[in-house]
Amino acid sequence: MSDRKIRIMIAKPGLDGHDRGARVLARAFRDAGMEVIYTGCHQTPEQIAASAIQEDVDVVGLSCLSGAHNYLYPAVVNLLKEQGADDIAVIGGGIIPEKDFQGLYDAGLKGIFTPGATLDSLSEWMFENITPRE
Amino acid sequence: MNELGKKVLAGDVRAASRLIRNLEDNIADTKTSLKHIFPHTGKAHVIGITGAPGAGKSTLTDELVYVLRKRDKTVGVLAVDPTSPFTGGAILGDRIRMIRHAEDPGVFVRSMATRGSMGGLSKAVGDGIHVLDVMGKDYIIVETVGVGQQEVEIINHAHTVMVVQVPGMGDEIQAIKAGLMEIADIFVVNKSDREGAPKLYKEILNMLNMSQFPDGWRPPVIKVGTSLEPHEFNRDVAKIVDEIENHREHLIEKNLLAGRMRRKTQAEINEALRAAILEPVLDRLVANGELNEMVDRLTKRETDPYTLADEVAKKYLVQPE
Repeated sequence: MSDRKIRIMIAKPGLDGHDRGARVLARAFRDAGMEVIYTGCHQTPEQIAASAIQEDVDVVGLSCLSGAHNYLYPAVVNLLKEQGADDIAVIGGGIIPEKDFQGLYDAGLKGIFTPGATLDSLSEWMFENITPRE
Repeated sequence: MNELGKKVLAGDVRAASRLIRNLEDNIADTKTSLKHIFPHTGKAHVIGITGAPGAGKSTLTDELVYVLRKRDKTVGVLAVDPTSPFTGGAILGDRIRMIRHAEDPGVFVRSMATRGSMGGLSKAVGDGIHVLDVMGKDYIIVETVGVGQQEVEIINHAHTVMVVQVPGMGDEIQAIKAGLMEIADIFVVNKSDREGAPKLYKEILNMLNMSQFPDGWRPPVIKVGTSLEPHEFNRDVAKIVDEIENHREHLIEKNLLAGRMRRKTQAEINEALRAAILEPVLDRLVANGELNEMVDRLTKRETDPYTLADEVAKKYLVQPE
């Protein structure tokens, strides 16, 4: 009997040590029955992409509160693409001004979540939009 | 499907991580890939790291990887964390300590959830080791979940078992109890800068003084200080690597490596038999609703589990003459 589970990696790129939000999300996804790889703070996009490939995740959830999302998030998307892993969805959260949304979607982000998004709505989004790859 | 096996043998990292995922998720056909790679396994030296939650297993693993890389060895890591018994979800946090190796092509780190296994590992660990093995890793480190006294499944998989102890966990009787304390090839007294460490060190030595070593290997006890003093920490962990290499040589010299392999092979055949015989039967019982009926009858005390098992065996297993 197959038992595919959604695997998600939560990572914090760049110089930002505020990981309370990322931890709360990790916990929420755990409670929704997913396997969550949490990799901690201060990572380079290169480290995140390499880890996502080794962990064979379906989604990478990026958290950044420092304002560098316009640089860091697309960097992760591009690195995954370069390594033939663009089937791994990248989503992002944090303090992201609405005017940056379109640019991030254009860069390849599949979802953007800002303060106010409920934990339930996030899990629902995951179940609706992420199918564990066959 | 053999495509995946072929790619893994060719060193494709994505294929390897996918194969490990298929193992965990019990995907049909995974066995075909395993059949493909199995003949190429048995080269890596497998190190097991076990101990209580928070004992420092991941931090030690990270430094072990660093020391092994300095010695030009390639390393694979399987790090296991617990699955929630309620939701089936898990938080796998071992990678936090090992992130500096993420981009090193000589290192492959994979987190695994226990998915209901009770022995301190995940069911997929045994075959996961094979995958890292055929990727050509010289050393494979398997980090168990935080364990208590009894989760000793790691001895079925590791050539060298390292038990990590920290001070402050109980009196000297803990050191002479059965289970975890018996399986170590190497003891590490971690966080040895803390109060109680000299006492713990002595207790382990006392325990060893009362023990017999039929294989001729007396487990060394290594004190490791805080990782906040990187220089000393590195020096202490290098001692562990020295002892791992000594133990490996000992196993080879005394012809014991095969014996360790035998234990693993035994476990593997047990597991393969379970998968080939028990699981198809269980799947059918679930699919046709019989299992549910049986549970109903049991709850009403209309029968007993032993009679039920006999009935199932008679119905589904062909008895050889």
